[in-house]
Amino acid sequence: MPDDRSRTLRDSMGLGLAVGLYGVAFGASADAAGLDAWQAMVLSALMFSGASQFALVGVVGAGGGAAAAVGSALLLGTRNTVYGVRMAPLLAPRGLLRRAGAAQLVIDETTAMAVAAPDRETGRLAFWATGLSIYLGWNVMTLVGVLGASGLGGTAEAALDSVVPAAFLALLWPRLRRGFGEHGVQRRVALGGAVVALALTPVVPAGVQVIVAAGAVALAGRPRREVVA
Amino acid sequence: MSELWIAVVAASVGCYLLKLAGLSVPASWVEQPWVARVVDFVPAALLAALVAVQTLSSGNDLVVDGRVVGLGVAAVALALRAPFIVVILLAGIAGALVHVVGS
Repeated sequence: MPDDRSRTLRDSMGLGLAVGLYGVAFGASADAAGLDAWQAMVLSALMFSGASQFALVGVVGAGGGAAAAVGSALLLGTRNTVYGVRMAPLLAPRGLLRRAGAAQLVIDETTAMAVAAPDRETGRLAFWATGLSIYLGWNVMTLVGVLGASGLGGTAEAALDSVVPAAFLALLWPRLRRGFGEHGVQRRVALGGAVVALALTPVVPAGVQVIVAAGAVALAGRPRREVVA
Repeated sequence: MSELWIAVVAASVGCYLLKLAGLSVPASWVEQPWVARVVDFVPAALLAALVAVQTLSSGNDLVVDGRVVGLGVAAVALALRAPFIVVILLAGIAGALVHVVGS
């Protein structure tokens, strides 16, 4: 459907812009934590996973050791393994090079966009378009952030702080809508995830509560027997 | 190579391998009904956790600030079926306004 394709491409570009704004915040945080521009850029180009990158610079900035910094980044990175398992049948990448390239783009936003697509072809388009758009925006804006960190005023930071949760809410929203498969169960799981994460925030290292909150998936209960393939 | 560089490179390579592992496990693992169940619902739990944490936390502290207003504006915009970029911009403007009014 040309309608689906153009909407997918438009949303992909929008996500690239929005995540790019977040990239400025990452570049600025990396600078504040004592990383140089090269280290910030290696993280954005090679790690390319916002939560893991923020976790790493957060631990470094708080005076944590290298092992703790690497550990927190990896713990948050396990999320992408789950996404990869989800995406493998849809992407079915042929050949080593395409698989290697696709793997680098398996993140929150690309998975959400691909899964939300109405059919497989649109799903693939959503994955690659969103992935490349975000990769470009994230890396360029990381550089902008790390070089211009000192110039960023308090008001711009407050705007950035509000953009991030709104972006996650926008990704979550379609799952909670009537019409999405088992939206009632999705709502229950989402509420559970939020409650677990907030309850753990004061007691676990920053970032860990998000991983543990994935356990709220238990609220979904057993698989349904009467599923028709 | 400094310790910080080692951390940056090791964590980056590790995170990439985690992504690659996800795409490389046998399809038969994915076809288990309970695996399908988990992957269908994990995004809801994780995205909601990220919304909550990014809105209400600052390190290990729970705080209420302009981000809550930004999130409320975003929710209204989403309920009115506004496009993604509009939702994001409105939330950012709301957060900035709260900062300007509050300081």
